[in-house]
Amino acid sequence: MTYLQTMFGVYWPLVFSLAGIVAIVLPLMIGVAYLTYAERKIIGYMQVRIGPNRVGFKGLLQPIADAVKLLMKEIVIPSGANKFLFVLAPVLTIAPALAAWAVIPFSPRLVLANVDAGLLYIMAITSMGVYGVVIAGWASNSKYAFLGSLRSAAQIVSYEIAMGFALVGVLMAAHSLNLIDIVNGQNGGILHWYWLPLFPMFMVYLIAGVAETNRAPFDVAEGESEIVAGFHVEYSGMAFAVFFLAEYANMILISALTAIMFLGGWNPLFDMVPFNWIPGFVWLMLKIGFVLFLFLWFRATFPRYRYDQIMRLGWKVFIPVTLVWLLVVGAVMQTPLAFLVH
Amino acid sequence: MNFLTGVFYFFSAILLFSGFRVITTRNPVHAALFLVLAFFSASGIWLTLEAEFLAISLVLVYVGAVMVLFLFVVMMLDINLDRLREGFWSYLPLAAFVAIMMVIEMSLVVGSRTFGLSIVPAPLPHPAGYSNTRELGRLLYTDYVYPFELAAVVLLVAIVAAIALTMRRRKNTRYQDPALQVRVKRSQRVRLVSMPAEKTSTPES
Repeated sequence: MTYLQTMFGVYWPLVFSLAGIVAIVLPLMIGVAYLTYAERKIIGYMQVRIGPNRVGFKGLLQPIADAVKLLMKEIVIPSGANKFLFVLAPVLTIAPALAAWAVIPFSPRLVLANVDAGLLYIMAITSMGVYGVVIAGWASNSKYAFLGSLRSAAQIVSYEIAMGFALVGVLMAAHSLNLIDIVNGQNGGILHWYWLPLFPMFMVYLIAGVAETNRAPFDVAEGESEIVAGFHVEYSGMAFAVFFLAEYANMILISALTAIMFLGGWNPLFDMVPFNWIPGFVWLMLKIGFVLFLFLWFRATFPRYRYDQIMRLGWKVFIPVTLVWLLVVGAVMQTPLAFLVH
Repeated sequence: MNFLTGVFYFFSAILLFSGFRVITTRNPVHAALFLVLAFFSASGIWLTLEAEFLAISLVLVYVGAVMVLFLFVVMMLDINLDRLREGFWSYLPLAAFVAIMMVIEMSLVVGSRTFGLSIVPAPLPHPAGYSNTRELGRLLYTDYVYPFELAAVVLLVAIVAAIALTMRRRKNTRYQDPALQVRVKRSQRVRLVSMPAEKTSTPES
């Protein structure tokens, strides 16, 4: 390390940050590729099918084949589309999904940027993801795309409020916006994690996370049967692939945030000997994997929500539930029972 | 010129350019997007002042919420720019007068006499562990608690007024009761009718 430091001199912080970014984005991209594979396999087995099994051993090379196929395809820009914004939209969708990872801690010391207002940064960055969707719908100059983007934008903006309130509960319990402090506030076994004292918020966050990423059963943004594929109907080839990548990267991000905020981050399931031996990083990955599995499970299980019911759930159920629980948490913190919410 | 000054000029240049483009671009959607860029660069400048809470809140509130709804509305409008520009020259003298007055007023207030380095010195670098957010929260809820609550009430009044102004009840509007929809039984929707099978007519052959 010191040798490298002397080699790069003043550029060392820059080189170190770039290396950190590569070390996060590269595994994330591989994770996205194999999440699509896992999705097809898991949903396949849930529906008593086999799923992809032709390319490579048990179909393990299928995501690579899909990526190569999308790379070779032509990017068609519709006539009448706004060329600059049409190309910019996928970039605006994936950039926030990747940028939010800068403050995600993987262990008590392993984090790219230990920002004090980390939770606020996450909320700000993820709230920008909607621009890609809105611009894609508008720039495509197509009715289907426009309708899809309107639906999606309204849905994302509505559920962001409930998600934000759920996170306010977390920061009240942890007394901090720093993600490392939030995980340290949940040190101990499963009964010490925030999902228990903040259970309503945990449920709201989990469900709103599904709605936020436009996944089934909240995927009216792409509703194949009504508006073909929603906002990205005019996109093809790599431009479409970038939207696809962003959706799955967002899923992994929401799962990681759920694991950190409510499921104790890198803390072992039980603070006992055989569980303690497993390193914290592995626990974090297991928790992220568990939440991702829930995402896929939902998709295989529930039929699509009706649009007005989605809006009702967001505004009339989730926001009041989180507001009430904020009051409960705030009141409990003033009593001798404050240890219940830490 | 150190690195931070370079960052400041970089963000300022983008901010001025995007602010200028907001009022000169012909396409309203482009104008809204340039405004987003302006907010974003302003937040970058605030970060160089070590006001990270305000900077991130600016992005969260204005970029993440307000401008999305703005864009939403602007996208669906069919704005005829030629009609908007009709009275440009007749309004110009009045507009120019207002603009000049505003520039004079602002230069009187935001001049080096009131915001110069001698009066408002550059913020001292804070020690490690200093939390901008915590300090801001402490100040807002102790020293400035009454102005803060007053602002909150004003906002609440604005929200209630906005809803009261736009809410219209029409006589023939039909509402859905989701609770009733969920509680519905099969017997309320489907009527089983026993139909005697018709006699099959044997084809004459």
